[in-house]
Amino acid sequence: MAEKMLVGPRQTRSLKRDLARAERKRKRNAFLLVLPLIVFVVIFFVAPIAGMLERSVVDTDLMETWPKTAEAVRAYDWEKGAVPDETVFSALAQDLSRSYEDRTAAAVARRLNYDISGGRSLVMGTARKIARLDQPPTSWRDTLIEIEPDWGRAETWAAVRRAAGPLTDFFLLQTIDHQRDIDGSIVPVPTERAVYLQIYTRTFAIALTVTLLCLMIGFPIAYLLAGLRENTANLLMILVLLPFWTPLLVRTAAWVVVLQEHGLVNQMLQFLHLTDGPIRLVYNRSGVIISMTHVLLPFMILPLYAVMRTVPPSYMRAARSLGAPPFTAFRRVYIPQVMPGIAAGSILVFIIALGYYITPALVGGAADQMISYYIAFYTTDTVNWGLAAALGTGLFAATLILYTIYSRLVGGVRGVM
Amino acid sequence: MSGAITGTEKAWRVVLYVVAIGGFFFLVAPILAIVPLSFNDGQFLTYPLRGVSLRWYEDFFFSGTWMSSIRNSLIIGVVAATIATFLGTLAATGLWLADFPGKRFISAFLLAPMIVPMVIYAVGLYFYFAPFDLTATFTGLILAHAVLGTPFVVITVTATLSGFDRTLIRAGLSLGASPIRVARSVVFPLIAPGVIFGGLFAFSVSLEEVITVLFIGGPNQRTLPREMFSGIRENISPTIAAAATIMIVLAVLLLLSAEFLRRRSSRLQAKG
Repeated sequence: MAEKMLVGPRQTRSLKRDLARAERKRKRNAFLLVLPLIVFVVIFFVAPIAGMLERSVVDTDLMETWPKTAEAVRAYDWEKGAVPDETVFSALAQDLSRSYEDRTAAAVARRLNYDISGGRSLVMGTARKIARLDQPPTSWRDTLIEIEPDWGRAETWAAVRRAAGPLTDFFLLQTIDHQRDIDGSIVPVPTERAVYLQIYTRTFAIALTVTLLCLMIGFPIAYLLAGLRENTANLLMILVLLPFWTPLLVRTAAWVVVLQEHGLVNQMLQFLHLTDGPIRLVYNRSGVIISMTHVLLPFMILPLYAVMRTVPPSYMRAARSLGAPPFTAFRRVYIPQVMPGIAAGSILVFIIALGYYITPALVGGAADQMISYYIAFYTTDTVNWGLAAALGTGLFAATLILYTIYSRLVGGVRGVM
Repeated sequence: MSGAITGTEKAWRVVLYVVAIGGFFFLVAPILAIVPLSFNDGQFLTYPLRGVSLRWYEDFFFSGTWMSSIRNSLIIGVVAATIATFLGTLAATGLWLADFPGKRFISAFLLAPMIVPMVIYAVGLYFYFAPFDLTATFTGLILAHAVLGTPFVVITVTATLSGFDRTLIRAGLSLGASPIRVARSVVFPLIAPGVIFGGLFAFSVSLEEVITVLFIGGPNQRTLPREMFSGIRENISPTIAAAATIMIVLAVLLLLSAEFLRRRSSRLQAKG
């Protein structure tokens, strides 16, 4: 290095370049270490989720099974009438009989059934009946309407047009209890079918209740721990970490046992003569709230405690010695300092609570299920993947927004735990 | 200080302590309450106990389904945690080594598996794995659980590295060691406790995960939490209490070794 001390302007420039190059190389090498995980997460995490969410707008069941009908429906000038002409009907007839033969008609039947009641029997019934025709009729329009009068209704054709793909807003609108009417304008669905906003509201209400309870119980615990000597605090911290490391299923099983009709809580309440008979604590909303609060409490305590430990006690002492009443000092000096912890813990608990599935499914009743339950239900039970994906999109969007706020708040990897 | 304490302040303090102690009780009591029930001789999961017996453990250990579920959990957990630890440690080291464009975004992105609702991921995998025949396979579940474990490895290794003294690397390099040699003989021994801690974390994530198993696991991949899920849903029996107790013991062991490693790595940091 010593001989390089004496350098002219030209050498300085080349030295600068060398330094910049070395720096770039260092950054590139560092990035190359992160790259494998990025690729892994993209392939096995981002891609599956993107594929799932895509199903909320991609709608190709009808298009793939009835290509001629889809094309005819798109080509037809709907200004001429809400029930199309012979070109569309003959395309429909061809698609119907072909899909009946190769047994693919069920996919379209199912898709139309999401939209109009009786859609399934309309498709399958018509397909069965035209298979029995001896020869093709002169007018498919008249024949189909004669077989199934629903083909002469504007609502049926509005539904076919909505399902013609390749993209649709049908499922997303459905999740906010709206639909397109015959003219294509967006209107609220009839009240007896308006169920999804209520599910969203319920999900948010449960998550909010759990978050507030976690804050109410977690704050004193973290405050108590932060005021103790580190060794004592670490020892008591085990009481927080034990449930944190205990599998969710074990904790859920424990709550079912403790809260059941003859469980410990009911025995205790009766022993203390607080109730005469057993009260119902499980398979209803209280069971869900109690066990979710228990499961998520460590997620509140850990960030709160991390922030509270860094608050020097001298500020509170200063406020007190300057004459602030205890509660004022607490509210105006202490709370603002631990606010980042309160915010981080609350958002974290709220985000995790929003997506909960297992706990409500096991300790809740039918009226306590959250969004995740319906996503699972529409995926595996009723096979309405578009609706499952649309509900997933709503949940995902809420999570993403909150997570963005959260990572701004805690700043990258370091502050999370 | 103590002279200034007023009556209201004292009352608030009492409230605080009562809530905090109640909170500790709330956290631990239900978990501990299920343990004695697994030794109960009676058929029902209620107190008082009707004599002590190991019959439910006998039930558990001599049942093919429970035993194979433990085996499945261990296979999936160990392999997934190994993958997660390897990829997560590399990534955390890269994030720590240099500031490159988009680093903040990348670290937030890498933590996303911890945050995204599990049902969305599980349903996504259900569709995504089908064309590759990865549903109902160990490979599929291992890949899924490896993804879910990586954020925890990234967090713990990052925390360990933040206390690492960078001059040690420069010292190693200036003494003529190759970067790989420095990584192996200087960096890794010092961050090893943090890496193992992260690995244990990833293992415990896999050990408790049930939603992806519900969606993409087949009858041959039923894990311990998957069996418990059916058990709680259909008929909650004392055998479930025995299974829960075994998992609690496992959790305590994991917690203690994790705490041991965490303290060890923070001691090393204090020295560095």
